[in-house]
Amino acid sequence: MGEKILMKGNEVIAEAALRAGCRHYFGYPITPQTEVAHYMARKMEEIGGTFVQAESEVAAINMVYGAASAGVRAMTSSSSPGISLKQEGISYAAGAELPIVVIDIVRAGPGLGGILPAQCDYFQMVKGGGHGDYHNIVLAPQGVQEMYELVVDAFNLADKYRNPVVVMGDGYMGQMMEAVEFRDVEKIERPEKPWAACGSEMKREHNTITSIYIDPDVLEAHVNHMNEKYKVIEQNESRVDVQNCDGADVIVAAYGTCARVTKNVIKDAAKLGIKVGLIRPITLWPFPKQAFEKYATTPRGFLTVEMSMGQMIEDVRLALNGKNTVEFYGRTGGNVPAQKAILEKVIKIARGEGGND
Amino acid sequence: MSIVFQRPHALIDKPLHYCPGCTHGIIHRLVAEVLDELGIEGTTVGVASVGCTYNSYEYFNCDMVQAAHGRAPAVATGIRRSLPDRTVFTYQGDGDLAAIGTAEIVHAATRGEKITTIFVNNAIYGMTSGQMAPTTLIGQVTTTTPFGRKPELHGYPVRVCEMLSTLEGAVYVERVAVNNVQNIRKAKAAIKRAFQVQQAGLGFSIVEVLSICPTNWGLSPEKALEWLGENMIEHYPLGNYKNVVLPSDKPASKE
Repeated sequence: MGEKILMKGNEVIAEAALRAGCRHYFGYPITPQTEVAHYMARKMEEIGGTFVQAESEVAAINMVYGAASAGVRAMTSSSSPGISLKQEGISYAAGAELPIVVIDIVRAGPGLGGILPAQCDYFQMVKGGGHGDYHNIVLAPQGVQEMYELVVDAFNLADKYRNPVVVMGDGYMGQMMEAVEFRDVEKIERPEKPWAACGSEMKREHNTITSIYIDPDVLEAHVNHMNEKYKVIEQNESRVDVQNCDGADVIVAAYGTCARVTKNVIKDAAKLGIKVGLIRPITLWPFPKQAFEKYATTPRGFLTVEMSMGQMIEDVRLALNGKNTVEFYGRTGGNVPAQKAILEKVIKIARGEGGND
Repeated sequence: MSIVFQRPHALIDKPLHYCPGCTHGIIHRLVAEVLDELGIEGTTVGVASVGCTYNSYEYFNCDMVQAAHGRAPAVATGIRRSLPDRTVFTYQGDGDLAAIGTAEIVHAATRGEKITTIFVNNAIYGMTSGQMAPTTLIGQVTTTTPFGRKPELHGYPVRVCEMLSTLEGAVYVERVAVNNVQNIRKAKAAIKRAFQVQQAGLGFSIVEVLSICPTNWGLSPEKALEWLGENMIEHYPLGNYKNVVLPSDKPASKE
């Protein structure tokens, strides 16, 4: 066992990126993720990496696009309104098949919204957000330790599939301090990038990074190629944490902070003789459908808990495909579902008294 | 017999898609000649932008990255910061650079990014069929100023070199034109110097090239070249707006 250090989530994101070999970070201040930039500004100067405080989120994501084109590991971080601005660049990176890592420490919206934690960026990160047929790989940690591991994985996945990878945490995850152990750094994979635009040295044909294909058949072939890649990702990379689901009366679907609250609900409900299971997607895309299919018919009902008005619930319903009822409990605006409120909902479903208000 | 004139190696042997009489071909050639003369084709990464030159990566033989509309200076920043021993240039039009990409060009310049921008100003949006550009002259008719550009309705044309030359990070700023042979030769010299400034690590360099758009100006190529000389240069004076001493410069002779 290595040493455990007490660190803030946002600082762990930055440290994880550095340990994953990221030496190029481009950011723009926005609460509640700016500590990533603070940490990067200091460390990059110390180690001779690149830290640029860009003029906007738009510029920052395009700097990441440029750095990734050149073949280096590059990252940006932001929070919801800033992510909206980055969507153009993310779409371009997806189209140009660039390995980029984007951190979204989600705050409540819409609009300028608030600065407190939320999960209401599910649609914009998981369902596209930018224009065109593409998917981000979206990783959702439940705490600071997993944040570290998933940020390292994000760089590996981005390089492996030449695709944008998003690590999506809520404001709690960014702001809270927890013990973290920086383990497994040896698993960093650094594939060759013969496609990179880094200077041909007159030893090869010139490389081009682009997302434009004017000929409809060529563009269609490109999108089909991307789609084949997505099928492979769906097959190989979906991750899920399944707890207590065998013989459960009620199964709760929740990720991130909501999943942590739900773990306490499992204990409370057990005291009342109700068995509650938890399906916690770790990858929001690819969505771990198989876990839902496996338990589709066994509980009395499903409950999705989110810090939004219900976004992931659409994927839960699709995965269950009408085989069971799915109810919803959510808080928004920066509020977190209370353990007691989730428990009350679970009791109703277990007693067959469910039904959304 | 010796060859005295041929296609630069950095320019791919391929028909250009530009309209007849368009001066992008000349400007491409000048950039390619400079890449050849400085011997940097293999160590250069170019950034194509959005507009008529969106696919300039099909013509330049160096590595190329296609950028979103207006974002070429940010993309170039990311490339240059990742490849400190490479040469990086952007090739942008007036809509791309002076409208949607104003923030990116200003901040790349003020950061003193070691990149070179070739800014082609033809006072109109070419690709989207002749709309008003930020550089469209007062009185100029475009598809979105059908009765001519009026200051009270459309504001005034932007002078990019004058604006950027106020920034410390921009160390070489020059405006040239490609309306006659003499000016084309000056344009080539300016482009070469802009790349040399970057290679010397001195800061941001930009060459604004006054160019023509016969198709959307509704003029023959010959008349368009005349129109540039008679109208554009008055509003956009040619010359150097900011210069810096290069190690290769000969010391000024003492009088």
